[in-house]
Amino acid sequence: MCKSINLSKIRQLILSLLGIFFLITSSSTFSIAAGEGVSKVKEQDWTFSGVFGYYDRGALQRGFQVYKEVCSSCHSMKYVYYRNLSEPGGPGFSVDEAKAIAAEFTVVDGPDASGDMFERNAVPSDKFVSPYDNDAMARMSNGGALPPDLSLIAKARSTERGFPLWIIDLFTGYQEQGVDYVYALLNGYKDMPSDFPLQDGMNYNKYYPGNQIAMYNPLSSDLVEYADGTEATVENMSKDVATFLMWTAEPKLEARKKMGFKVIIFLSLLAGLLYFSKKKIWARLDH
Amino acid sequence: MSKISTYGKKYEPKSGVSRWFDERLPLPRLMHNSVNAFPTPRNLNYWYTFGGVLTFCLITQIITGVVLSMHYTANSELAFGSVEHIMRNVNYGWLIRYIHAVGASMFFLAVYVHIFRGLYYGSYKAPRELLWILGVVIYLLMTATAFMGYVLPWGQMSFWGATVITNLFSAIPVVGGTITEWLWGGFAVDNSTLNRFFSLHYLLPFMIFGVVILHIWSLHVTGNNNPTGISVKDEQDTIPFSPYYTVKDAFALVCFLILFAWFIFYNPNILGHSDNYIEANPLSTPAHIVPEWYLLPFYAILRAIPSKIGGVIFMFSAIAILFLLPWLDTSKIRSATFRPLYRQFYWIFLANCLVLGYLGSQNPEGGYLIASRICTAYYFIHFLVVFPLLGIIETPKPLPESITKSVLEKIKSKANEENKQEV
Repeated sequence: MCKSINLSKIRQLILSLLGIFFLITSSSTFSIAAGEGVSKVKEQDWTFSGVFGYYDRGALQRGFQVYKEVCSSCHSMKYVYYRNLSEPGGPGFSVDEAKAIAAEFTVVDGPDASGDMFERNAVPSDKFVSPYDNDAMARMSNGGALPPDLSLIAKARSTERGFPLWIIDLFTGYQEQGVDYVYALLNGYKDMPSDFPLQDGMNYNKYYPGNQIAMYNPLSSDLVEYADGTEATVENMSKDVATFLMWTAEPKLEARKKMGFKVIIFLSLLAGLLYFSKKKIWARLDH
Repeated sequence: MSKISTYGKKYEPKSGVSRWFDERLPLPRLMHNSVNAFPTPRNLNYWYTFGGVLTFCLITQIITGVVLSMHYTANSELAFGSVEHIMRNVNYGWLIRYIHAVGASMFFLAVYVHIFRGLYYGSYKAPRELLWILGVVIYLLMTATAFMGYVLPWGQMSFWGATVITNLFSAIPVVGGTITEWLWGGFAVDNSTLNRFFSLHYLLPFMIFGVVILHIWSLHVTGNNNPTGISVKDEQDTIPFSPYYTVKDAFALVCFLILFAWFIFYNPNILGHSDNYIEANPLSTPAHIVPEWYLLPFYAILRAIPSKIGGVIFMFSAIAILFLLPWLDTSKIRSATFRPLYRQFYWIFLANCLVLGYLGSQNPEGGYLIASRICTAYYFIHFLVVFPLLGIIETPKPLPESITKSVLEKIKSKANEENKQEV
């Protein structure tokens, strides 16, 4: 009896030591992150988050407009095709609209029968036309910095979540670290401390690692004119374009979440049936 | 009841055809005797269902992997784009790829439960030493396969993970440089590295499959261990595998699949690293290079040691020491249930492994570095000091007479409690 009390005390001691350890480590990550001067990215409300997530068609179409009129002057999007714009789960353009959008761009094709390359209008089966012919040209036009391809940017960026959020995220299905970061970045061109050692050709951003980003502030109020009357504030435009970038990174998100719901319902019912089968079969044992 | 009684009986060919077959190739006999009629201890709990889960994981990884390789291109210029092609253009390609990627994590989750179950109930002790050793071989092959699979999408973490791990071999004195260049097929991680990793990533799962057959064969020679750790004494202690454990394993597997499905459909990327959605760039090193979560404890050990060769030796020893475990543990008692001291150290060891995993994900500096050195030291102390010593100083609790007795006693005490509550 005495022994078992001792043992449970040892266990308590170990558990509390572990608890203290986690507290220290989690708080120290916090202080490091704060010390670097990078602000914490806030979670936004997105229609595509959660179990029943879907893309807001209006936001996707407006976001595409922002991409086309603003971002695409420097950023390529080489994994997206014009046909994707009219595919299910996307911005919901009609096939003809996608054709018309593609036709606004020119691509180099060929060689033709005489061996020459030629230019033609893009068709839906073409990839989004890149603003520069190659990376070297992109660097040359942007003061040495390479504007990243935006196809996957909403999945290729993340935010430091810290303990215990990273454990909670596993079971809440929070998957919007990247898109939250994109939104924060586009709204992060403000409040530069007066003593900040900004380098030539760089811009201050609250959320960019190191706070110095080569990209100038791309958005300003009324930079685009939305056809549906939505006010073109920086917040609205960045939210729309972030939604669009989430779709380009994860074009099958709606199909995935819909299928997942059915799969989990099916598996739960099957688990229930198996549980009762197991009970019944094991009841045959004489004990 | 007549149907039930056919379970548990040894194979008897019923028709002329099956008799003809049985005399030439007794494959149905083998399958029947090892799946249907296999006598299994009657007291296996749900921790024992992970063998079935792992078999399912291996087969799932092989099937999805075969389909993925039909669409994947193992070329450093094309690999990243071909994965995006799978995600965007291949019918249900996103589903197959997410099953495969999440499946790797689920495979490791299950194998860790399986290993720690073995540690708790002493499943590595005589006569199951070879069964355990084969399991460690499977685990080693799994880590190699998973590491090479992670390289294939040719993202930033793929490339830099491959660079860090292959560079470890350069720490070997004299021949290290030659070995590393031989692994790379050149002077850096490049197209030739990707090609051989793809080839090996396709080969190793079939080697795992082979060792799994040996693992199961060995299990069927020694029989299952069980939560009491005492050996089966007579027929009363066992029940036929089918239907009792087929239905129990099936229920556990479906519960596991719910978790699996949750990650596939609602959080497919959280177990990976966002940097792997950036195409590999040999000119730009990511801020933090980290392996997948399931290798983090070993990564922490690697970085805890202040010398490169030392880190490599300790990291590989951390797995290699598992091979010696059957002889490091001096206790004759298998199950931790009857080993009051070992049970405490078991939980400390488990916590130590989790902390090592956390430390592997952090930068090795300041408090983290000190903590990972302490935890690394404890990892080895557990094997080299605690295991041999406990068998000598520990007074085990009295063992039940037989498996059946222990089951019946549990039922009795349960019934007593229920009676008390009713009163």
